[in-house]
Amino acid sequence: MFELPSGAEIQGIIATLKASVGFFIPEIYLSLLFMLLIVIDLVAKGRKNNLLSLTTLVGLAGSLFFIFQQHSLPAGEFFFGMYVLDEFALFFKYFFVLSGMLAVVVTMSDEQFDREVKSMGEYYALIVSMVIGMIMMASSADLLMIFLSMELVSFTAYILTGYFKRNARSSEAALKYLVYGAVSSGLMVYGFSLIYGLTAQTNLIKISAELAAHGYDPLVMIFSTLLVLAGFGYKIGAVPFHFWSPDVYEGAPTPITAYLSVASKAAGIALLMRFFYIAVPHGGHPYEDILGIDWLSLLILLSISSMIYGNVVALWQKNVKRLLAYSSIAHAGYLLLGIIVMDKLGTQATLFYLLSYFLMNFGAFYVVILIANKTGSENLDDYRGLGKKMPLAGAALTVFLISLVGLPPTFGFIGKLMIFSALLAKGSLYIWLALIGIMTSVISLYYYMLIPLNMYLRESTQHDEKEMSAGMPAQILMAVLMILTIYFGLFFAPLSDFAQYSSAMFGITLH
Amino acid sequence: MLSLIVFLPIIAGLVILAVPSSQKQIIRIVSLLAALAQGVLAVLIWRGYDPALPGITAGPGGSPLGSFQFVEKIPWISLHLGGFGSLNIEYFLGVDGISITMVILTALISAIGVLSSWTIQKQVKGYFILYNLLASAMMGCFVALDFFLFYVFWEVMLLPMYFLIGIWGGPNREYAAIKFFLYTLFGSVFMLLVMIGLYFSVLDPVTGNHTFSLVAMATQSNYIKDAILGPDNVFWRYVAFIVLFIGFAIKVPMFPFHTWLPDAHVEAPTPISVILAGVLLKLGTYGMIRINFPLFPEVFHAGMYVIGIFGAINIIYGAFCALAQKDLKKMVAYSSISHMGYVLLGLSAGNSEGMVGALYQMFNHGTITAMLFLLVGVIYDRAHTRQIEKFGGLASYMPVYAAVVTVAWFASLGLPGLSGFISEAFVFVGAFSSVTTRPIAMVSVLGIVFGAAYLLWSLQRMFLGQRKQDAAYDLVVGEDGHEHIHFHDWHGKLDLDGRELAMLVPLVVITIFLGIYPMPVLGMITTSINKLVQVLSPVVLSQM
Repeated sequence: MFELPSGAEIQGIIATLKASVGFFIPEIYLSLLFMLLIVIDLVAKGRKNNLLSLTTLVGLAGSLFFIFQQHSLPAGEFFFGMYVLDEFALFFKYFFVLSGMLAVVVTMSDEQFDREVKSMGEYYALIVSMVIGMIMMASSADLLMIFLSMELVSFTAYILTGYFKRNARSSEAALKYLVYGAVSSGLMVYGFSLIYGLTAQTNLIKISAELAAHGYDPLVMIFSTLLVLAGFGYKIGAVPFHFWSPDVYEGAPTPITAYLSVASKAAGIALLMRFFYIAVPHGGHPYEDILGIDWLSLLILLSISSMIYGNVVALWQKNVKRLLAYSSIAHAGYLLLGIIVMDKLGTQATLFYLLSYFLMNFGAFYVVILIANKTGSENLDDYRGLGKKMPLAGAALTVFLISLVGLPPTFGFIGKLMIFSALLAKGSLYIWLALIGIMTSVISLYYYMLIPLNMYLRESTQHDEKEMSAGMPAQILMAVLMILTIYFGLFFAPLSDFAQYSSAMFGITLH
Repeated sequence: MLSLIVFLPIIAGLVILAVPSSQKQIIRIVSLLAALAQGVLAVLIWRGYDPALPGITAGPGGSPLGSFQFVEKIPWISLHLGGFGSLNIEYFLGVDGISITMVILTALISAIGVLSSWTIQKQVKGYFILYNLLASAMMGCFVALDFFLFYVFWEVMLLPMYFLIGIWGGPNREYAAIKFFLYTLFGSVFMLLVMIGLYFSVLDPVTGNHTFSLVAMATQSNYIKDAILGPDNVFWRYVAFIVLFIGFAIKVPMFPFHTWLPDAHVEAPTPISVILAGVLLKLGTYGMIRINFPLFPEVFHAGMYVIGIFGAINIIYGAFCALAQKDLKKMVAYSSISHMGYVLLGLSAGNSEGMVGALYQMFNHGTITAMLFLLVGVIYDRAHTRQIEKFGGLASYMPVYAAVVTVAWFASLGLPGLSGFISEAFVFVGAFSSVTTRPIAMVSVLGIVFGAAYLLWSLQRMFLGQRKQDAAYDLVVGEDGHEHIHFHDWHGKLDLDGRELAMLVPLVVITIFLGIYPMPVLGMITTSINKLVQVLSPVVLSQM
C-alpha cells in the first residue's frame, strides 16, 4: 500500500524540483515558444504570411543561447535521476535545434505546402514540440522518461507525416507509421518491464549497479534487450525494424522526411548509446556472454543487415525520396558501427558521422524539394536533363550524393574515415565489419550516381532548354550547404574536437 | 612550386566558372594557358632537380629534406582522437626521381589533352571545368607524400572522369562510365582501410605521433611491432599488400581486372582517352612503386614472381586481344594493357635494370600511347568510324598522317632507335638477370612478336594497298587531275592540320630523341631506383 508522504518529504521534493529547474531552462523556453506559436496562430488566423515560420526560426535560434549557457553547469542527474545534463546531451540539444531550424527553412521553400494545406498553424508548433521531445530523449536517464519522451516525439511525427490531409499517400504513411510505432513501443515497454522486474529500478545507473551487484538471468536479460532494441531500432530505422521508413519517407511532406531521417534517427542513436552504454552490462568483447550473444552481437547483426539491405534494395528504386529512404537505412548501419566499438573514439566517430549526415542528407532533401517545386515530380526519370536546366541544384545534389557515398573531399568521407578508424583502432577484431561497411559503400555508389546520371548524362524528353531558377534565397542556402559539405571535408578539426568533447557521458567513463 | 603546379588547373577551372558559357574560345584559351604554365613549371622543376638525391625514404635524421626535393610540409589537420593521441594529417608534397618523370609526363599530356579538346563542342564550360579538376588531381597524386592527401587526390579523379566519359562519350557511355567508376572505387576503398591500418601502425620518428606520411611508412623501423600492420602481424601485412596491390592493379589495369579499360577507351572522347592512357594508368604502377612495395618489402619479395606472371599474362593476353580487334581504338586500348604488362614485369624483377626499365616504360608508354590515341582520334574525326576494314591505301592520300602513324606504331612495337625499345630492353635485361623471373621473361618475349603482328597488320590494312569497296571515303578526281580522297561530313584539311601537328610533333620528337639519347630521363631516375632496390632487397630486410 502507498503511504502518504510526510510534510518533510514533500518539502524535500519541492526543494529538489526547485534545484532542478535551473538545469531545465532550454526545455522550458522551448515549451513557452510552443505555446506562443499556438497563440500567434489563433490571433493571426487565416493570414498567409511568414509570421509563424519566422517566429519559429528566431525562437529556435534563441534557444541556442540557453543551451550554450548550460556548458557552465556541472554534469549530473536531476529531477530524482529522471533527467541528465552532460556534454553528450548538449551535443544533441544543438543538433536538434539546428535541424529544427533547417526543417523550418526547408519548409518555407517547399511549394507543395501552398497547394496541399490551407493553414500552417499547428505545423511549426509541432516541429518545436518535436524538438523538445528529442532533446528530452537525448537527456533521459530513466526508463519512464525514455518512454515518455519517445512517445512525445512519435506522436508529433505521426501528425506531421499526415499533414497533407487530402493527400492519400501522406495519410497512408501516417497510418503505417502509427501502427508500426505502436507495436514497437509496446515491445519496448515490455522490455522495460522485464528489466524493472530484474532490478526493481528505473534509473539507468542504478539498473547497471543492481545488475552488476546481484547478477541476472542471461536469458531474460537478452530477451528484454532484444525487446528494447525493437523500440530504438524503430526510431533509427535499422533492419529489421525499418519497414515503416520507405513508405513514410515517400509519403510525408519532404521537409518532414528530411527532418525525420536526420533528427529522429539521431535521437534514437542518442538513446541507444546512453541506454546500452550505461544500463546494460556487456563483456566488453562480443561473444563473451554466457549465451554467446549479448547486445553488442545484436547490434552487430543489426548493423550488418542494415548496411546490406539498405544499400542493395536502394538499387531498384525509381523514386528519389524512396531511394534516400533506403540510403538512410544503410546509414543507420554505419552509425551503429561506431557504437559497437564502445569506446571514446567510437562515440566521437558516431557523433561526427551524425554531423556529416545532418548536413548532406538535409542538403540532398532540400535540393529534391527545389526540383520538385519546378518539375512537380520526385521520379528518377523526371530528373533527366536537369543538370542543364538547374545547374546549381544539379551540382549541389551531386556534391551531397558524393558525400553520402563517402568520397573525398567531402564531409561524408571524413565521417566514414572516423568510423572505420574507430573499428581498426581495435586491432583486427572488427576488420571484417569494416570490410562489409566498405563493400556496401561501393554498392551505394551505383544508386546514388543514378541521380547525376539522369541529371547530366541523359537528355530531357521535353525539349525546352530554358533554365529554371529556384529563387535567390534558396540558391544561396543551397550553395552554402554545398560549400560547407566540401569545406568540412577539408577542414574538419573543430567539429571533430567538438564531437570528442561531446563524447563525455554522465555515469560512464569511456576509454 | 609544387602547390602551384598542382592547383593551377583548379584555379583555371574557377576562372572558367566565372566566364559565361557562350564564350567558348575564352574558356579554351584559359585552359590552354593553365596547361602551358603547368608545362613551364614542370620544366623549371626539372631544371632545378638534383638527380643525386635518392628520395623513397627519409633522409638523414628522419626528415624528408635531403632526400626529397621541392618539399612542402605544412600541418593541415591536427585533431584529437579519444585514446589515440592526436591525428595529424599533413599537406606534404615533394618529388624524387620516381615522381618527377611522372610530373613532367602529366604536364605534357595535360597540355596536349587541352589542344585535343579544342574540337569538343558540347557544353564546353562544364567540360573544361571537369578537365581541369582532373588535371589537378592527377598532378596531386604524383607529388603527394602523405597517404591521406594521396588518397584524396586519388578519389577526386574519379568523379570528373565519370562525367567526362559519361557526358562527352560515345553511344554506350553510361555503361562505360559507371563501370569505370565502380571498378576503381572498389579498388580504392580497400586502400582506405589499409591506410587507416598503416596509420595506427606507424610512428613518426621525429614527433613520435602516428602519421600518414608515406616517407615515414617506407622505413620499417618506424612500425610498431605488434600493431595491426606491424612486422609481427604477418597475416594482415600480406592481406594489406594484396588488397592494396589489387587496388592499384585495377588502375593499371592488370589482368583479370582490365575489363573496364576497353569499354572506357572506346566510349571516351579522344582527349580523355589520351589522359586515361597517358597518365591515369601510370598512377596504378606509380602507386605500387611509391606505396605498395616499399611499405611491404618482405611481402613484395615473397610475391615477386606472382606479379611477374601477371605481367606476362598482361603482355601476351593483351597482344592477343589486340590482334583480334576490328575497332582501331579497341586495338590500341588492348595494346595499352599489353604494354603496361612490361611495366609489371620490370617491377617484378626487383633489380635496378628491371625497375629502371619499368619506370622508363611508364614514361614512354605515356607519350607513345597518347600519340596512338590522338592518331585514332584524327581518323575518327574525318571518317566517323574506326573500323580497320573500312580503310585502305591511306598512305598515298594522307602522307604526313601516315608518316606519324608509322613512327608511333613502330615506337609502340619497340623498334630500336625509338624510345619504346630502350625501356623494353631494360625490362627484359632486368627480368632475365633475376633468377625468379627468368622463365617468365622467356615467355613474355613472345609478346613482342605478337605486338609486332597486330601493329604491322593494322598498318598494312589501313595504309597500304588500295581503297576498299566499302571504304569510309570516296575517291574523287581533283582539279589538278590527281585522285584525292573525300570524307563525308569533313570540311577541314584532309591531312593533319596545324593543331593536330602541334599535338603530335612534340610527342614524335620526344619519342625519337629519347630513343637515341635516353639519359635525360634515365639520369633522373637511377639514383631513386637504386635506393628503392636497396630498400626492397632481402639483405636489408633480414637486418631489421
